Amino acid sequence: MNLETKFLNKHFSNPIVLASGITGVTGASLNNAIKNGCGGVTVKSVSIEPRTGHPNPTMVPFEHFFINAVGLSNPGVEKAVEELKKFRKMTDKPLVGSVFAGTPDEFAKITEMICEAPIDFLEIDISCPNVGTEFGDPFAYSIPAVETITKKVKEKSKVPISIKLSPNAWNIAKIAKAAEASGADAITAVNTVSGMVISPQARRPILHNKQGGVSGPALFPIALKCVWDIYESVKIPIIGTGGITTGEDAISMIMAGATLLGVGSAVYFRGENAFEKIVEEMKDIMEQENIKSLDEVRGCAHLT
Amino acid sequence: MLKIKKIEQENPFVKTFYFDYPLKSKPGQFVMLWIPDVDQKPFSIGYDNGDEFGLTIFKRGPLTEKLFEMDIGGKVGISGTYGTNFSLLENTHYIMVAGGYGAAPLGFLAEALNKNNQIDFLIGSRNKDLLLFEERLSKISNLNLHVATDDGSQGHKGYCTDLISNILDNKNNKNKLMVTCGPELMEKKILEICNKNNIECELSLERYMKCGIGVCGQCAVDPLGICMCQHGPVVKKELANKITEFGVYHRDKSGKIIKLN
Repeated sequence: MNLETKFLNKHFSNPIVLASGITGVTGASLNNAIKNGCGGVTVKSVSIEPRTGHPNPTMVPFEHFFINAVGLSNPGVEKAVEELKKFRKMTDKPLVGSVFAGTPDEFAKITEMICEAPIDFLEIDISCPNVGTEFGDPFAYSIPAVETITKKVKEKSKVPISIKLSPNAWNIAKIAKAAEASGADAITAVNTVSGMVISPQARRPILHNKQGGVSGPALFPIALKCVWDIYESVKIPIIGTGGITTGEDAISMIMAGATLLGVGSAVYFRGENAFEKIVEEMKDIMEQENIKSLDEVRGCAHLT
Repeated sequence: MLKIKKIEQENPFVKTFYFDYPLKSKPGQFVMLWIPDVDQKPFSIGYDNGDEFGLTIFKRGPLTEKLFEMDIGGKVGISGTYGTNFSLLENTHYIMVAGGYGAAPLGFLAEALNKNNQIDFLIGSRNKDLLLFEERLSKISNLNLHVATDDGSQGHKGYCTDLISNILDNKNNKNKLMVTCGPELMEKKILEICNKNNIECELSLERYMKCGIGVCGQCAVDPLGICMCQHGPVVKKELANKITEFGVYHRDKSGKIIKLN
């Protein structure tokens, strides 16, 4: 039984990748996810300038979902590069950078800056649901915006790029197709879905930002359908992410067509070693179902 | 949401807010306090008798300013408890070192311990008007109180850490547990004393926290990368010695490193 995964030109000991935004931007906290079973990690999205994010509450857990509106807090790309260098000294496991910006030109600039760090891939976060219209209309819903950003980033990036899409986009498969045609090497699907929680006692939304991004088990079937649709429309590999909490979720996501699996909120639902629990459960299912490798079942749920 | 049951003014900058709720917390743990549309922050629990609990709070920002304007009956959101606690041992000589409002969780600990323990409680503040819980602590029968003030207006003139050597002198350091909560450089000094004298210790390590549930990573410490909301705030000597940033730097809410002076 083999969980080893080849993603583009990089080898992963297992397909579980820490999703962006979970457990921070420090080299040490990323390495802690490796110690807890991740095959690779994604850094929390960084911007050119530091950002403090929204006031609290920024993350609120419920039984079946998790909602957050952190507001893209990060120490800025320069400091983030230092942290990523620290990570590289601790481990040689694959590292995915992640950036966001307000304009296509700014995306190009930050891509150049983060490529100073020892990253293996770069995720382009065009789909954070928690900054409203701070950066204008969200890029993740617009084919021309995705095309422009992908081209500009691709031109500057020293590593393969993956465009991170929003499950709120009704035409996510078409957007993925446009990214592929513009030079994207992979697609990350999906970001959190836009949502809200209200406290009856306070008579107000709980998140300071009012709206936030929903992740956790409630997001899983939505993410699975997005990956399914994207797999039918593009040839480039997919990082399937959104609510993966168990080995069963993970294998289903591979069968929908994902190559790597982003895991994040599961650390709340199952503890900081959620990654190794999921890996063990994947192995159990593979044994029961006589699956020799993940390549054997990738996309198998689609009729051929 | 819980209603404020009682408010006590402890000194010009500090109030204790009491709530009628069986939180069943342990000393050293914390809750998150939320005022809608303002903010939500972690606060160490300063009192808990099983039926009601109290939070001793220093006024320092928008959230606490708003809280200080509230009266009895005002509602705030409380979630938790979170985090690790100080050990509740038996037949042990506790040396408690409290700097500033660190007196609150250690006062709670002193009250929660069995009477078969011996407690030396060292408390420090800038002057006698800022001293916290002198009366409350004096009611604990197995507790010896030692006071230090920076200006000498009460007790020893200087730091409360100056008083530790008197307590440690020519006594067996087995069965001793040093516990501390206060400014980080004071805690660092205590850790060094405990390392040198081979005494067990537990300290409360404060880091900027957002979620409190080990997800946001804001309170991850170097070089371990573990979150202090889960593995702290109370850490034992062995773990504290592995946290190399302790007493050196912390991170602000953007994640940027801020050096301690």
